[in-house]
Amino acid sequence: MKILLNNREEEFMKESISVYEMLILKKFSFKMRIIKINGALISKEKYDTTIIYDGDDVQMLYLMSGG
Amino acid sequence: MRFSEIKTHLSKFRVGIAGAGGLGSNCAVALARCGVGSLVIVDFDVIEEPNLNRQYYFTDQIGMMKTVALKENIARINHDVNVIIHQKKLDRINITEIFSDCNIIVEALDSAVMKEMLIETVQIKMPGIPVVVGSGMAGWGKTNDIISRKVDETLYVCGDEYSEVSDNLPPIAPRVAIVANMQANVVVELLMNTK
Repeated sequence: MKILLNNREEEFMKESISVYEMLILKKFSFKMRIIKINGALISKEKYDTTIIYDGDDVQMLYLMSGG
Repeated sequence: MRFSEIKTHLSKFRVGIAGAGGLGSNCAVALARCGVGSLVIVDFDVIEEPNLNRQYYFTDQIGMMKTVALKENIARINHDVNVIIHQKKLDRINITEIFSDCNIIVEALDSAVMKEMLIETVQIKMPGIPVVVGSGMAGWGKTNDIISRKVDETLYVCGDEYSEVSDNLPPIAPRVAIVANMQANVVVELLMNTK
Protein backbone atom coordinates (compact mmCIF):
# COMPACT_ATOMS: atom_id res chain seq x y z
CA MET A 1 0.00 0.00 0.00
CA LYS A 2 1.02 3.57 -0.50
CA ILE A 3 0.41 6.35 1.99
CA LEU A 4 1.41 9.97 2.34
CA LEU A 5 3.70 10.48 5.32
CA ASN A 6 4.34 14.18 5.94
CA ASN A 7 3.44 14.85 2.32
CA ARG A 8 5.87 12.25 0.97
CA GLU A 9 4.80 9.00 -0.59
CA GLU A 10 5.74 5.88 1.41
CA GLU A 11 5.22 2.31 0.37
CA PHE A 12 4.67 -0.65 2.71
CA MET A 13 4.55 -4.30 1.64
CA LYS A 14 1.24 -4.84 3.41
CA GLU A 15 -2.39 -3.96 2.79
CA SER A 16 -2.75 -2.15 6.07
CA ILE A 17 -0.67 -1.52 9.19
CA SER A 18 -1.30 -0.19 12.67
CA VAL A 19 0.22 3.12 13.68
CA TYR A 20 2.46 1.21 16.08
CA GLU A 21 3.70 -1.08 13.27
CA MET A 22 4.45 1.92 11.10
CA LEU A 23 6.58 3.47 13.86
CA ILE A 24 8.56 0.21 14.17
CA LEU A 25 8.93 -0.29 10.39
CA LYS A 26 10.13 3.26 9.90
CA LYS A 27 12.45 2.95 12.95
CA PHE A 28 11.13 6.21 14.37
CA SER A 29 13.03 6.82 17.57
CA PHE A 30 11.64 10.00 19.12
CA LYS A 31 9.31 9.31 21.97
CA MET A 32 6.98 12.28 21.91
CA ARG A 33 4.98 12.95 18.80
CA ILE A 34 1.62 13.97 17.46
CA ILE A 35 0.14 11.79 14.74
CA LYS A 36 -2.83 12.72 12.59
CA ILE A 37 -4.45 10.45 10.03
CA ASN A 38 -6.62 12.18 7.42
CA GLY A 39 -6.85 15.16 9.76
CA ALA A 40 -7.87 13.24 12.90
CA LEU A 41 -5.53 13.20 15.87
CA ILE A 42 -4.61 9.71 17.11
CA SER A 43 -3.86 9.59 20.83
CA LYS A 44 -0.99 7.44 22.02
CA GLU A 45 -3.24 4.80 23.60
CA LYS A 46 -4.71 4.12 20.17
CA TYR A 47 -1.46 3.49 18.24
CA ASP A 48 -2.03 -0.30 18.52
CA THR A 49 -5.63 -0.30 17.41
CA THR A 50 -5.61 2.43 14.75
CA ILE A 51 -5.08 1.03 11.26
CA ILE A 52 -3.51 2.92 8.37
CA TYR A 53 -4.90 2.02 4.94
CA ASP A 54 -3.81 2.59 1.37
CA GLY A 55 -4.12 6.23 0.38
CA ASP A 56 -4.19 7.60 3.94
CA ASP A 57 -2.64 10.96 4.70
CA VAL A 58 -0.45 10.59 7.78
CA GLN A 59 1.02 13.68 9.40
CA MET A 60 3.59 13.48 12.15
CA LEU A 61 5.05 16.19 14.31
CA TYR A 62 7.90 15.72 16.79
CA LEU A 63 7.67 17.26 20.23
CA MET A 64 10.94 18.39 21.81
CA SER A 65 11.15 19.69 25.34
CA GLY A 66 12.06 23.35 25.70
CA GLY A 67 10.20 26.57 25.76
CA MET B 1 -1.76 47.78 4.02
CA ARG B 2 -0.76 50.46 6.51
CA PHE B 3 0.20 49.52 10.04
CA SER B 4 -2.75 51.46 11.46
CA GLU B 5 -5.11 49.24 9.43
CA ILE B 6 -3.27 46.07 10.45
CA LYS B 7 -3.50 47.10 14.10
CA THR B 8 -7.20 47.88 13.82
CA HIS B 9 -7.86 44.48 12.29
CA LEU B 10 -5.76 42.58 14.86
CA SER B 11 -7.45 44.42 17.74
CA LYS B 12 -10.59 42.33 17.11
CA PHE B 13 -8.97 39.05 18.14
CA ARG B 14 -8.04 37.11 21.26
CA VAL B 15 -5.02 34.81 21.39
CA GLY B 16 -4.25 32.25 24.09
CA ILE B 17 -0.65 31.82 25.23
CA ALA B 18 -0.03 28.53 27.06
CA GLY B 19 3.13 29.18 29.09
CA ALA B 20 5.00 32.41 29.81
CA GLY B 21 8.59 31.20 29.56
CA GLY B 22 10.99 31.75 26.66
CA LEU B 23 8.44 31.11 23.93
CA GLY B 24 5.37 32.57 25.63
CA SER B 25 6.90 35.81 26.92
CA ASN B 26 8.59 36.68 23.61
CA CYS B 27 5.59 35.64 21.52
CA ALA B 28 3.16 37.63 23.69
CA VAL B 29 5.33 40.75 23.43
CA ALA B 30 5.51 40.45 19.63
CA LEU B 31 1.72 40.06 19.41
CA ALA B 32 1.18 42.99 21.76
CA ARG B 33 3.43 45.20 19.62
CA CYS B 34 1.33 44.30 16.56
CA GLY B 35 -1.84 45.28 18.40
CA VAL B 36 -3.60 41.96 18.97
CA GLY B 37 -6.66 42.94 21.00
CA SER B 38 -6.52 40.50 23.82
CA LEU B 39 -4.09 37.92 25.18
CA VAL B 40 -4.93 35.12 27.61
CA ILE B 41 -1.67 34.17 29.30
CA VAL B 42 -1.35 31.09 31.52
CA ASP B 43 1.63 30.12 33.69
CA PHE B 44 2.18 28.93 37.27
CA ASP B 45 5.86 29.81 37.64
CA VAL B 46 7.94 32.52 39.28
CA ILE B 47 10.79 34.35 37.50
CA GLU B 48 14.25 33.08 38.44
CA GLU B 49 17.62 34.48 37.48
CA PRO B 50 18.49 31.74 34.91
CA ASN B 51 15.27 32.58 32.98
CA LEU B 52 16.75 35.92 31.96
CA ASN B 53 18.96 34.27 29.31
CA ARG B 54 15.90 34.12 27.05
CA GLN B 55 12.68 35.23 28.68
CA TYR B 56 11.19 38.71 28.36
CA TYR B 57 11.72 39.75 31.98
CA PHE B 58 14.07 42.03 33.90
CA THR B 59 16.35 41.62 36.90
CA ASP B 60 14.03 43.63 39.15
CA GLN B 61 11.23 41.15 38.37
CA ILE B 62 13.02 38.10 39.81
CA GLY B 63 10.65 36.41 42.27
CA MET B 64 7.49 37.75 40.61
CA MET B 65 4.87 35.53 39.00
CA LYS B 66 5.64 35.37 35.27
CA THR B 67 2.03 36.18 34.36
CA VAL B 68 2.01 39.32 36.51
CA ALA B 69 5.40 40.51 35.25
CA LEU B 70 4.46 39.86 31.61
CA LYS B 71 1.23 41.79 31.97
CA GLU B 72 3.25 44.67 33.44
CA ASN B 73 5.80 44.53 30.59
CA ILE B 74 3.10 44.43 27.91
CA ALA B 75 1.37 47.43 29.48
CA ARG B 76 4.64 49.35 29.12
CA ILE B 77 4.72 48.51 25.38
CA ASN B 78 1.06 48.81 24.37
CA HIS B 79 -1.58 49.56 26.97
CA ASP B 80 -4.40 48.97 24.48
CA VAL B 81 -3.88 45.21 24.79
CA ASN B 82 -6.29 43.52 27.16
CA VAL B 83 -4.10 41.01 29.04
CA ILE B 84 -5.97 38.30 30.95
CA ILE B 85 -3.76 36.21 33.22
CA HIS B 86 -4.27 32.85 34.90
CA GLN B 87 -1.83 31.54 37.51
CA LYS B 88 -2.56 27.90 36.89
CA LYS B 89 -1.05 24.70 35.63
CA LEU B 90 -2.91 23.70 32.48
CA ASP B 91 -4.63 20.33 32.43
CA ARG B 92 -7.08 18.45 30.21
CA ILE B 93 -10.03 19.94 32.09
CA ASN B 94 -9.15 23.63 32.49
CA ILE B 95 -7.72 24.21 28.98
CA THR B 96 -11.14 24.41 27.33
CA GLU B 97 -12.47 26.87 29.95
CA ILE B 98 -9.42 29.13 30.06
CA PHE B 99 -9.03 29.41 26.29
CA SER B 100 -12.75 29.21 25.43
CA ASP B 101 -12.98 32.58 23.64
CA CYS B 102 -9.59 32.45 21.91
CA ASN B 103 -9.27 32.56 18.13
CA ILE B 104 -5.87 30.82 18.19
CA ILE B 105 -3.76 29.12 20.88
CA VAL B 106 0.02 29.38 21.05
CA GLU B 107 1.67 26.34 22.61
CA ALA B 108 4.58 27.74 24.61
CA LEU B 109 5.04 25.05 27.26
CA ASP B 110 8.28 23.60 28.49
CA SER B 111 8.03 19.81 28.56
CA ALA B 112 7.16 17.61 25.61
CA VAL B 113 4.61 15.80 27.79
CA MET B 114 2.76 19.05 28.48
CA LYS B 115 2.96 20.04 24.81
CA GLU B 116 1.36 16.74 23.82
CA MET B 117 -1.38 17.17 26.45
CA LEU B 118 -2.23 20.68 25.26
CA ILE B 119 -2.24 19.80 21.56
CA GLU B 120 -4.37 16.67 22.10
CA THR B 121 -6.86 18.55 24.26
CA VAL B 122 -7.29 21.50 21.89
CA GLN B 123 -7.43 19.34 18.77
CA ILE B 124 -10.00 16.95 20.23
CA LYS B 125 -12.09 19.24 22.46
CA MET B 126 -11.83 22.55 20.62
CA PRO B 127 -12.15 21.57 16.96
CA GLY B 128 -11.40 24.34 14.50
CA ILE B 129 -9.18 26.34 16.86
CA PRO B 130 -5.64 26.46 15.43
CA VAL B 131 -2.71 25.55 17.70
CA VAL B 132 0.70 27.00 16.92
CA VAL B 133 3.33 24.70 18.42
CA GLY B 134 6.97 25.45 19.26
CA SER B 135 9.18 22.37 19.03
CA GLY B 136 12.98 22.16 18.79
CA MET B 137 14.88 25.33 19.70
CA ALA B 138 17.66 24.28 22.09
CA GLY B 139 21.26 25.39 21.57
CA TRP B 140 22.64 27.89 19.10
CA GLY B 141 23.35 28.26 15.38
CA LYS B 142 21.64 26.12 12.72
CA THR B 143 19.33 29.03 12.02
CA ASN B 144 18.13 27.61 8.75
CA ASP B 145 17.01 24.34 10.34
CA ILE B 146 14.30 26.31 12.10
CA ILE B 147 11.16 26.40 10.02
CA SER B 148 7.47 27.00 10.42
CA ARG B 149 5.20 24.49 8.75
CA LYS B 150 1.52 23.91 8.41
CA VAL B 151 0.45 20.39 9.31
CA ASP B 152 -3.16 21.23 8.47
CA GLU B 153 -5.68 24.05 8.95
CA THR B 154 -5.63 23.71 12.74
CA LEU B 155 -2.04 22.70 13.45
CA TYR B 156 1.17 24.63 12.81
CA VAL B 157 4.67 23.96 14.13
CA CYS B 158 7.68 26.25 14.47
CA GLY B 159 11.16 24.96 15.31
CA ASP B 160 13.63 22.37 14.05
CA GLU B 161 11.69 19.42 15.57
CA TYR B 162 14.93 17.75 16.74
CA SER B 163 16.85 19.93 19.24
CA GLU B 164 15.87 18.78 22.69
CA VAL B 165 16.87 20.82 25.73
CA SER B 166 19.52 19.20 27.97
CA ASP B 167 22.29 20.30 30.37
CA ASN B 168 24.69 20.62 27.46
CA LEU B 169 22.17 22.06 25.05
CA PRO B 170 20.32 24.74 26.97
CA PRO B 171 17.69 27.01 25.53
CA ILE B 172 19.21 30.47 24.97
CA ALA B 173 17.87 33.74 23.65
CA PRO B 174 18.51 33.70 19.89
CA ARG B 175 16.95 30.39 18.87
CA VAL B 176 14.16 30.60 21.44
CA ALA B 177 13.23 34.12 20.37
CA ILE B 178 13.38 33.11 16.68
CA VAL B 179 10.85 30.33 17.31
CA ALA B 180 8.68 32.55 19.54
CA ASN B 181 8.58 35.25 16.88
CA MET B 182 7.87 32.67 14.18
CA GLN B 183 4.89 31.54 16.24
CA ALA B 184 3.76 35.17 16.51
CA ASN B 185 4.22 35.53 12.76
CA VAL B 186 2.02 32.49 12.07
CA VAL B 187 -0.63 33.93 14.42
CA VAL B 188 -0.56 37.32 12.66
CA GLU B 189 -0.79 35.62 9.26
CA LEU B 190 -3.79 33.53 10.34
CA LEU B 191 -5.55 36.52 11.90
CA MET B 192 -4.91 38.74 8.88
CA ASN B 193 -6.67 36.06 6.82
CA THR B 194 -9.60 35.96 9.25
CA LYS B 195 -12.57 38.27 8.65
